[in-house]
Amino acid sequence: MRKVEEFIFKILMKAATLVILLCLFSILITIVWKGLPSLNWDMVSRIPEGGFYIGKEGGILNAILGSLYIAGGASFLSLIISIPIVLYINVYLPKKSPIIKLVRSSYDILFGVPSIVYGAFGFTLMIALGLKTSLLAGIITVTFLVIPIMVRTMDEVMQLVPKELNDAVYSLGATRWETSLVILRQVAPGILTAILLSFGRGIGDAACVLFTSGYTDSIPTSLSQPAATLPLAIFFQLGSPMEEVQGRAYAAALILTIIVLLINITSRILNNKLSKHKI
Amino acid sequence: MISGESWMPLRKEFGFYPFIMGTIWVTVLAVLISFPLCLLTSIYISEYAPGPIRRAVIPLIELLAGVPPVVYGVWGVLTVVPLIADHIAPHFVSYSTGYSVLAGGIILAIMIFPLIISILGEVFSAIPQELRDASLSLGASKWQTTKLVVLRKAVPGIFAAIVLALSRALGETIAVLMVCGNIALAPHSVLDSCYPLPALIANNYGEMMSIPLYDSALMLAAFILFLIIIVFNLISRTTLSWMEKRFKL
Repeated sequence: MRKVEEFIFKILMKAATLVILLCLFSILITIVWKGLPSLNWDMVSRIPEGGFYIGKEGGILNAILGSLYIAGGASFLSLIISIPIVLYINVYLPKKSPIIKLVRSSYDILFGVPSIVYGAFGFTLMIALGLKTSLLAGIITVTFLVIPIMVRTMDEVMQLVPKELNDAVYSLGATRWETSLVILRQVAPGILTAILLSFGRGIGDAACVLFTSGYTDSIPTSLSQPAATLPLAIFFQLGSPMEEVQGRAYAAALILTIIVLLINITSRILNNKLSKHKI
Repeated sequence: MISGESWMPLRKEFGFYPFIMGTIWVTVLAVLISFPLCLLTSIYISEYAPGPIRRAVIPLIELLAGVPPVVYGVWGVLTVVPLIADHIAPHFVSYSTGYSVLAGGIILAIMIFPLIISILGEVFSAIPQELRDASLSLGASKWQTTKLVVLRKAVPGIFAAIVLALSRALGETIAVLMVCGNIALAPHSVLDSCYPLPALIANNYGEMMSIPLYDSALMLAAFILFLIIIVFNLISRTTLSWMEKRFKL
């Protein structure tokens, strides 16, 4: 009996794992299969021209660049905000301080807040500040979304830094600030992973930019102009009844997936390479 | 407002009931589909799988976490919706477009796989190896150890994982919006269309300034979501940290 039960559950477990992996492969294969026929050089090198949304010439360069701008800007902004936060809770505050716990749990909870709520928040903030839908508003909203990711990821790697390293630096007469620099150097691969993670999340998120960054057919040249984004380009074109336009939605989905996969793989490789020299 | 059934912004009737029911149906269905699969997978990964398989499977599951929601939505429209419309629904109802609670539930279930698996993985690895060794040395088989020792000790962690998965599924917007039909009626079966709260916010934000009180109604929707999610998160994080502390001692 014991053997039979174990045998059945072992099979069930393997089947469940297989189902989950099959879902992943099904997603990737479907997107490639449907997206590849519509993917061509025009798609990635041109902006939409007259009648693009009824199947005429053009591409989605505006959305690709818009997404890269927003994700890049948001990653940069959130990096500037997050580094002091993690340094403060890891180096400056005493180990037993209740603030550390408070900060960590707040970021855990902020991490769980859905992007649509950030979107609504960003929109309200935008109105309060008198901004129009613009690249800047999009960047600010996505920054809110990715700060928790950034802080949590960096905090995790900083906690792994051996305590002896701190002690060694302090014993050489270094100040806390100098110690922070040593630790930052030590966790550089972790910071890079955090940046890439935030970038990947920022580029794929639609609900945040839906109300804040607007949509346009041209490439934004300043922060106050609206910007198109890839997820929204996919979303809007998929709603079209015309087959060619839907095909472009699939191609745009393929482009987005490729970008995200590249980021994922790069962060993995960098992480392996850079952690070689760790203590 | 919370229990009102009619949604007619032009007549200042903002009943959230259909949307709340839509959200609950989709979310619960997603967790029901996702949880058993994830529990089995996590047990396999943490207790049974040999090293190479573990090292291959975990990055792939993390890859699933990186796929943007809108891509899940496209995949749902391309595969899940036709599957339901052509193969599943005809057995139960006379006609269905496929855009249904079931489609939303399946997509969401897949989206929360990585989250549940990573939390369960942490939970299982927090359980001290000594407990397993003690059980094995008493002559229990590997499966008995897993079932009676590991799983029993992991109950609070499993509970926390479910709560966290619920809160993640509650807030997911774009992917669900694309596949669940968006009809403002409370669903009565998994093959009905539904209209969850996040989708309501996303679909109507553009026009909210043109109708009086509309914006505050939508803001209330966002606030309800926010509140539920914060409460859920607090519960599960507290449980998780309590569990971690207990095993450290």
